[in-house]
Amino acid sequence: MEIDYALVDWSRLQFAVTAMYHWIFVPLTLGLAFIIAIMESIYVKTGNPEWKRITKFWMILFGINFAIGVATGIILEFQFGTNWSNYSWFVGDIFGAPLAIEGIMAFFLESTFIAIMFFGWNKVSKKFHLLSTWLVAFGASLSALWILVANAWMQSPVGMRFNPDTARNEMVNFWEVLFSPVAVNKFLHTITSGYVLAAIFVIGISAWYLLKKRHILFAKRSMIVAAVFGLIMSVMNIHTGDESARQIARVQPMKLAAMEGLYDGQTNAPLVAIGFLKKVNPDTDNINERQCAFSIEIPNMLSYMAFLESDAFVPGIRDLIKGNEQQGIMSYFEKIERGKIAIKTLYDYKDAKNFAENSEDNEMAKMSFMEKADSLEALFSDQEWLDNYFAYFGYGYFDDPADMIPNVPVSFYSFHVMVILAGYFLLIFILVLISVMKGKIEKRKWLLYLSILAIPLVYIAQQTGWLLAEMGRQPWVIQDLMPTIAAATKIDKSSVQITFWMFVAVFTILLIAELKIMLTQIKKGPKEEGGL
Amino acid sequence: MFETLSYLALQQYWWIIISVLAAFLVFLMFVQGGQTLIYALGKTDMERSILVNALGRKWEFTFTTLVTFGGAFFASFPLFYATSFGGAYWVWMLILFAFIIQAVAYEYRTKPNNFLGKRTYEGFLFVNGLLGTILIGTAVATFFTGSPFKINMLNQVDWQTPYRGLELAFDFGRYFTFVNLSLGLAVFFLARVLAILYFMNSVDEDNIIKRAKKQLVFNAAPFLIFFLFFVANLLLMDGYAVNPESKQVFMESNKYLNNFLQMPVVLIIFLLGVVGVLLGIIRPLMNFKKCHGKGIWAAGIGTVLTVFALFLVAGFNNTAFYPSYVELQSSLTIENSSSSEYTLTVMSYVSLMIPFIFAYIWYAWKAISNKKITAKELEEDNSHVY
Ligand code: HDD
Ligand code: HEM
Ligand code: HEM
Repeated sequence: MEIDYALVDWSRLQFAVTAMYHWIFVPLTLGLAFIIAIMESIYVKTGNPEWKRITKFWMILFGINFAIGVATGIILEFQFGTNWSNYSWFVGDIFGAPLAIEGIMAFFLESTFIAIMFFGWNKVSKKFHLLSTWLVAFGASLSALWILVANAWMQSPVGMRFNPDTARNEMVNFWEVLFSPVAVNKFLHTITSGYVLAAIFVIGISAWYLLKKRHILFAKRSMIVAAVFGLIMSVMNIHTGDESARQIARVQPMKLAAMEGLYDGQTNAPLVAIGFLKKVNPDTDNINERQCAFSIEIPNMLSYMAFLESDAFVPGIRDLIKGNEQQGIMSYFEKIERGKIAIKTLYDYKDAKNFAENSEDNEMAKMSFMEKADSLEALFSDQEWLDNYFAYFGYGYFDDPADMIPNVPVSFYSFHVMVILAGYFLLIFILVLISVMKGKIEKRKWLLYLSILAIPLVYIAQQTGWLLAEMGRQPWVIQDLMPTIAAATKIDKSSVQITFWMFVAVFTILLIAELKIMLTQIKKGPKEEGGL
Repeated sequence: MFETLSYLALQQYWWIIISVLAAFLVFLMFVQGGQTLIYALGKTDMERSILVNALGRKWEFTFTTLVTFGGAFFASFPLFYATSFGGAYWVWMLILFAFIIQAVAYEYRTKPNNFLGKRTYEGFLFVNGLLGTILIGTAVATFFTGSPFKINMLNQVDWQTPYRGLELAFDFGRYFTFVNLSLGLAVFFLARVLAILYFMNSVDEDNIIKRAKKQLVFNAAPFLIFFLFFVANLLLMDGYAVNPESKQVFMESNKYLNNFLQMPVVLIIFLLGVVGVLLGIIRPLMNFKKCHGKGIWAAGIGTVLTVFALFLVAGFNNTAFYPSYVELQSSLTIENSSSSEYTLTVMSYVSLMIPFIFAYIWYAWKAISNKKITAKELEEDNSHVY
């Protein structure tokens, strides 16, 4: 197995860039759809045309954002095949299903009813129109569900079994895949983060109108809806984010160590609230060690966050690599050995079977190959062998555990930026809500400015969340089973380089167009009072 | 209920679903065809707006069908997904780029301050219509003419040329390139024919309809030529057959003709389909006043049936649906490329939703297209005009 590292890096870069572009637009679609649906419900309930005006304005922004979300989305769907074809075969039996279900269940729902939402105002009844708007919102979150089930499965693979004949993992329990705790929590954390983003978006733009003294009533009404919605969702968002960390401690301990910059495990581990990393010199173990140069820590908090016990042991990067007998942690060295045995078993089985079926040798030799193949095949359904060897299959692709440490600064900073910003948004929602209710929002200029500032910050929080999730799990594409280096399509790297730059160019041009159109519409504002 | 089906029956069931999706995809590509006709049929800004809006209410369905087609293929025949998408990299990438630029074009075309200008977005629509149809048609032709790949022991694909699929459309030293392209061009002109019939059905502007009538002839003729060329080759060529016992792939002369003859139902579907398309074209030409709005129904149903039958010929009756011409035994069949029995069973339950989806799409379409599109409507409608 030779590996073209440059090819893998370009493929990763291409996936990362296209995914991150896509994720600029997705969370707004997720959240704004619900906010619009709530606004339209108020319109239908009260019959007040002002609410129809409000609904329609946010709907225009929704449409602009949605179009580019669709444009950037199609590539993600097909990229698994084009750029990760070995991956697509190795896990396609499980991974393809949620992708297909997403298309069948969610995308059609969204695209059908979005047509009614936009074109149906004068053609269908009020109630049916409202129902369509709700179905769009529901469809968007439903599509998030399936894609996140797929992604969660990569972080914590469950419900499958390896089939040596087809050389792939095969699904044995759909419900385990769907209701895997990681999937459920990832879904909740991600959609609530989208709802938070949309609420901030609405509040920030409304704050701008208030500063400009335009559309005052419109802005305040929008703010109320967004602040209530955002407040509820941000509490859920923080709650599920906290649960994420606990799951990481269980299924991806290396990611946890990286995001806290923890090299040496400890009991009563403190949580770094704010910190800055610094390289350690000399790097004795050759693991590119960094330590917090300055940090504010909350005593015992990391142990508590990860295991709900303040004196629990949290393994550090060094414990994971070198092993820690006291804590019952197997070293990466040992895992690599076992992984290599698992891979060799698969190859031996394939060879034996191949000989038994195709060789020209005498019957005796064929028989003995047959026997060998049978005995090797039996291993793949022997639970003990699976737990002790196959469980480390992916480790066998590596030689040096130092290659298996994710990027610590990226993980560390993305985690901390996200958490700090979470507090900021929560504060904004509370303050805005109180101020609007007390009728003082226009006077609190500082709050209006902070609300506008929150818009870029909430996009940063979204991106850092994914950076943590995806870069923090490297080198795995499927945790413990398939490393990213083994997943890529065998293709010359120049092809990927060219498509990469094409994506950067096209997506950037479209992003500029989107921003210009969006800002122009915002400047234009809603139709004047009374107009529809 | 699906648990009682055999593995092979499940594989066949899923091949049928893939074929249905493909059939509807080709029909829905009238949107793409229409995008290449905006300037031929619309001479004023208003006329072009009418055409764009007529298509703009439907483009998402084509797009979503394409995405679902990809997802369903991934879930049911993952080895095809890995082999074709990873192997013919450049063909699929070009198709994807053509669809990326389409997705923003409708929404951004007439928005103020849209950075690129109306003309550019109309250019995006044209490129999408041209490349999308021709390349997808060409790619489908390789289901019969084969591709240059090998599959290794671990089922990983190894494409044998550095052109990554482009050779299938541009290697003019190989006769089958012309067969591939002929299907691509047939799909392109068919999409334009369908678009013309769709406009006749749903637009109410005399000038547009008049031009559409003329264009119908110009597009129907090349469509027939390319389609006949493809079908003639299909019936005469050697095909990739599978021995049902040993699973070995071998070349059989007139394999696809034999498939039609051995599966008479498929032959009948195919013939009905072709007749439908022809009727859809001829009736408006014969009796324009009475029939110009109805052509889309006959031609649309005809297209669905024809494509459906072609897919069944590619995959059923012990045929390799994604053949390799450099190493016969690497060819993909519905048996050796499918998901596990369990996954196919799960997905089969999911497929029960498909009729329900058809139903609500139908209902929603009716709800918003009960009136024909006119200049007056676009001027009055203040809610959402492209
Ligand atoms: C508005 C955006 C936003 C906010 C305020 C938060 N998150 Fe988040 N977070 C995301 C947006 C996000 C995300 C973009 O949605 C991610 C990326 C992948 C995912 O599942 O959600 C994510 C991932 C993510 C992960 C990685 C999950 C994984 O690797 O599987 C953790 C550990 C957290 N979050 C934890 C938190 C905590 C403890 C928060 C607050 C106290 C928090 N997040 C607020
Ligand atoms: C839409 C939100 C998503 C974002 C922003 C995102 C972000 C990223 C980033 C930043 C990387 C690069 C990691 C690296 O190479 O170091 C990456 C890689 C990857 N992600 Fe995601 N991801 C998203 C969704 C998904 C989903 C839903 C899946 C699976 C269904 C997925 C699967 C992958 C794969 C296969 C790779 C390539 C292998 C790798 O480098 O890890 N991602 N993603
Ligand atoms: C907002 C407050 C703080 C800021 C901005 C800050 C910033 C920094 C910076 C920039 C470094 C050098 C990092 C490098 O060169 O890579 C550093 C080192 C350090 N900081 Fe802080 N710090 C803060 C608070 C604290 C607190 C409260 C503590 C103790 C609880 C602390 C403990 C340390 C230690 C021990 C180092 C040296 C470690 C090493 O060399 O890696 N810091 N700090």
